[in-house]
Amino acid sequence: MWLFDKDLWREVFNTLGKNMFRTFLTMLGVIFAMIILMLLLGSANGMSNGFDRLFAGTASNSLFVWSQRTSEPYKGFERGRRISFRIEDASILKEQIPEIDVLAPRIELGSHRDVVTVYRKGRKSGSTVYGDYPEIDNITKKKLVEGRFLNKTDIEDSKKVCVIGEETYKLLFDKGEEAIGQDIRINGVFFRIVGIYKPNDNINIDGENAVFIPFSTFQKAFSSGDRMGWMAIAVNSETPVPIVEAQIKKLLKAKYDIHPDDERAIGSFDMSEIFNNISAFTTVLKGFSFFVGIFTLLAGVIAISNILLITVKERTKEIGVRRALGATPRVVKRQIVMEAIVLTAFAGLIGFAISVGILSGLDALFGQGDEFPFKNPMVSIPQFSISFVLMVGLSVLIGLIPANRAVKIRPIEALREE
Amino acid sequence: MIKIENLHKSYKMGSNSLHVLKGINFSVEEGELVAIMGSSGSGKSTLLNILGMLDGLDEGSYTLDGVPIKDLNETKAANYRNKFLGFVFQSFNLINYKNAMENVALPLYYQKVGRKERQEKALKYLEQVGLKEWATHLPSELSGGQKQRVAIARAMAAEPKVLLADEPTGALDSTTSYEVMDLIQKINDLGNTILVVTHEPDIANMCKRIVHLKDGVIVEDKKVKQVRASEYV
Repeated sequence: MWLFDKDLWREVFNTLGKNMFRTFLTMLGVIFAMIILMLLLGSANGMSNGFDRLFAGTASNSLFVWSQRTSEPYKGFERGRRISFRIEDASILKEQIPEIDVLAPRIELGSHRDVVTVYRKGRKSGSTVYGDYPEIDNITKKKLVEGRFLNKTDIEDSKKVCVIGEETYKLLFDKGEEAIGQDIRINGVFFRIVGIYKPNDNINIDGENAVFIPFSTFQKAFSSGDRMGWMAIAVNSETPVPIVEAQIKKLLKAKYDIHPDDERAIGSFDMSEIFNNISAFTTVLKGFSFFVGIFTLLAGVIAISNILLITVKERTKEIGVRRALGATPRVVKRQIVMEAIVLTAFAGLIGFAISVGILSGLDALFGQGDEFPFKNPMVSIPQFSISFVLMVGLSVLIGLIPANRAVKIRPIEALREE
Repeated sequence: MIKIENLHKSYKMGSNSLHVLKGINFSVEEGELVAIMGSSGSGKSTLLNILGMLDGLDEGSYTLDGVPIKDLNETKAANYRNKFLGFVFQSFNLINYKNAMENVALPLYYQKVGRKERQEKALKYLEQVGLKEWATHLPSELSGGQKQRVAIARAMAAEPKVLLADEPTGALDSTTSYEVMDLIQKINDLGNTILVVTHEPDIANMCKRIVHLKDGVIVEDKKVKQVRASEYV
């Protein structure tokens, strides 16, 4: 196998090594092209990773369902009837629709986005108050600053505990004051603080100024009976959310005697839509980066071919001598193609090494903060392999141009004495 | 060893055709040392190029060591050159980034001889031309005479049937020329067939036979009493 022919490699390295400076200049184009390609790909990856980090803790395949007023009369009911879900709906839906992974019912004090006055030692805050199940944490993860989130025991024992938002904490406490274990008062009922959470500034469903208490406690403390405000639902990852969304609505419409075409009686929000949009965006970005990068690389490889063409011209005599000494056209061709490959591959690796360095620097600069969606901007192994193989493939094809030129030189012309 | 019959060769120069060789009949026996003489334009270089398979012939036949040389494609020509012929050029044509030994080993590389054996053989031939100590020197570190001796060692390394020397002393002063001719004579003494193209009568007289070319035909083909170059060194 000629690829393992040590002598061929020696010949190639000898030739390239005799003019180090030019060899280096030749490689520069590919080095830069590789850097550009890797930086583009790396940045696109970094952006995609950054978005992932932003939305970490939010189940992407999830939806929220709430009740509104009907907009169509149906079965003797007039339009404008207020629908109110019952807590049993949760178990019915879970039973009937196996695609549902997690279903967290929630109830809000007052109507939607209404604020309730929360008191503590003469201070007060207008906060939204939610009755929740601990499962909600699987759908929208709370970043806890201190303490814990609601748990199963809180529900089972209907404990009077609460988790408050950072904003609520600022309104009710002095800076640096210990809040865990302190009591706050809502509608005359005292709740003990067990945790403080930091709002997720990107997908913010709950608001910053909110108080979470166990659902069961909510029922007793505020006599909400079996009412339920809305549901946060995580769907298993294989099923598209809209399918489940339709099933849920169909079931609920039947249960609450809503006209099948009534679009307004039940509200819903599909989280996966946002994620799909973002992932479509980053996919396009990656594709575009790859496209641009590959063409830059092509330009770099063409530059190598160009220089090799000049080199071939300069080496006319040498090639002629080699031919006179018995080098077959194949051997001459092979050597020049090998030179193209070695130059490209070597330049590619140098460019790769440099871009890894630059990307690490970028990560150190921008990768840590929460503000900018940029994290771990690295190129994946398949991305690198594809680029590299493509690059070497191109170099073979393009190396054939100077190689063929070299073969066309007739030894007699090359050796003609001036 | 070499047999040429009724060789014609012409070059197209635009619409004109230049008839360079006009029916050459010529043969060389094994062990001969032949000088091909002639003024410029006499066709001697063309003849050597055809003998060296660097150029094709238009008409006639060429047999080398019993092998008819015809219908050559580049690959076949390269293989024949490698197997049958050694070249010595006026301007040495050493590869300037390879040292003396590597230059000598180059034809062996194209014969696919292993690396170790190549080096051994190259050193052996360098020793024969008296340049063993210069094996690791680059051509730029050698004098003209030394370069030509390396070139001769390179031509010999492949153990060719025929050595073709195109003005081997053309770029050398007379003392060095005689040294190179001395070497060529010694190689001939060992039984090698050598053809030397030259236009210098003293160099031609150091061969055993002189073929005189004029206007594309052989005008004289005579055996001469060889002048030993060593007398002048």
